[in-house]
Amino acid sequence: MATPASGPVLETRGLTKRFGGTLAVNGVSFQVQRGEILGFLGPNGAGKTTTLRMATGTLRPSAGEVRVAGLDVSAAPLETRRRIGYLPENAPLYDDMQVLDFLRLAAALREVPARGRRAAISAMVSRCGLAEVLGKDIRQLSKGYRQRVGLAQAMIHDPDLLILDEPTSGLDPNQIAEIRTLIRELGREKTVILSTHILPEVQATCDRIVIIADGRLVADDTPAALAARGSGPVVRLVVRAQAGPPPGLDELRARLSAVPGVAAVLPADGEGEGSLGMRVQAAQGADPRPGLFAAVVAAGLVLLDLHRESATLEDTFRRLTLGADESEGGRHA
Amino acid sequence: MRKVAVLARRELRAYFDSPVAYIVLVVFLLLSGWLVFSTLFLLGEADLRQLFTPGLLSPALLLVILAPAITMRLVAEERKSGSLELLCSLPVSDWQVVLGKFLGALGLATVALALTLAYPLTVTWLGPLDWGGVLAGYLGLLLFSAALLAIGLACSALTSNQIVAFIAAFGISAVLYFVYWLQFFLPEWLAPAADYLALSGHLDNLARGVIDLRDVTYYLTLTAGALLLSERALARQHA
Repeated sequence: MATPASGPVLETRGLTKRFGGTLAVNGVSFQVQRGEILGFLGPNGAGKTTTLRMATGTLRPSAGEVRVAGLDVSAAPLETRRRIGYLPENAPLYDDMQVLDFLRLAAALREVPARGRRAAISAMVSRCGLAEVLGKDIRQLSKGYRQRVGLAQAMIHDPDLLILDEPTSGLDPNQIAEIRTLIRELGREKTVILSTHILPEVQATCDRIVIIADGRLVADDTPAALAARGSGPVVRLVVRAQAGPPPGLDELRARLSAVPGVAAVLPADGEGEGSLGMRVQAAQGADPRPGLFAAVVAAGLVLLDLHRESATLEDTFRRLTLGADESEGGRHA
Repeated sequence: MRKVAVLARRELRAYFDSPVAYIVLVVFLLLSGWLVFSTLFLLGEADLRQLFTPGLLSPALLLVILAPAITMRLVAEERKSGSLELLCSLPVSDWQVVLGKFLGALGLATVALALTLAYPLTVTWLGPLDWGGVLAGYLGLLLFSAALLAIGLACSALTSNQIVAFIAAFGISAVLYFVYWLQFFLPEWLAPAADYLALSGHLDNLARGVIDLRDVTYYLTLTAGALLLSERALARQHA
């Protein structure tokens, strides 16, 4: 599809969405350049899907604007939708349709010229590996195949921008790997926005990461820069009580946060029942280990483990988004 | 316009890929056939007007029940499954979606009505038939169905629950249908309004073989109004 070669494919300025009294998205501005794979990160409920909906023109912003290839989405909704391929979360497709019929429908509604439709469909079938399931009803498909059909319908009109909302959620590890490979291949020639809350996914696929928390943009950088960002080394420690139930999480966090040289304290996995794990981010150049040891002892707890690790993207993500959603996280890269 | 046709074909196909179309067709054909031919066997005379005349036991009343069953899934199901979001992200306008869905449902109703052509054809085989009256009757049933389906679509567009969509559409349609016979119980100043608004009165005229522009306008206005409401309900999705 013909578009000016220069300028960002997607640009949002002060994008805001209010639902009743709550601010779901609050003044989010970012750009996506041609050929980029942008990771769109945030805890569940941070406003990722709402932002993407506004970008695709399915939801009207309360304030701010979205431009797709320089065109204002609210002024020219149909024109901008033509340039976007969108796969909503969980791939909501027409369950009662057969895969081939569904692709035909998508091609017709996405304005693939009648003459080129057969070629476009067969290109998508080979690209997304759908040959075996063409005659099946979509409701019979495994989740992995379902996502592939979703990807195929989103790309069938060769869009300028592909927007994928949590394309790997609910898949098993093999399927995740498949979809991730597919997305990486697509990213070689396409501009992609990939929304997710799975960090290894963006580290493995994305050129740049935007993180939002509580409806606000909190970071916009490369994965490597974000991982290294603003924090010194990370100290991992595991404690347990002398006897009885595990120590209180909040109390321990407060004690550790008070140690000089500590930038942030994040809950992490413990080592079995009764123990508590923590990842402590040190301030640049500081080594808080002696202080941490003293604090644990002063609290009357047993220190099971205390060692340095290198900072990961996850540390940055959690530091930036914690408070937005405490229950999120738990995985270790 | 081409996209409206694509959407309409997809909806019609969805009916025939599921049991909905077959249940609607079988129920409508059997019951309307029974209503028409029971007089034939009981009284020994074939009165095709039975097919078109609204009443407390008539094919029109079947449509009042079946139309909401046809339309209840149109938008509510897509809203529940989430596919409405995908549909809204496609380069189709809300009007194209509304018209496509409406025409798909109207397609199924048209098939049901077309199959009942077997009855007048049977009757012509038995004796002479006033085809003009039959055509006016069919026009009446088609307009009547269109209005019911548009009301059903509007109800479906307002909710994500198919049962709610069905009951709301059936409730509205039933009130508009039965008020024709209830106007004697209404206060005098209200009766003419009820007479005009009743779905059944206008069909009654057409069933007599009289094509009056006022009746046609009534159905077209009601249909257009309900479609406008559906479009607004769908647009609210973006708000």
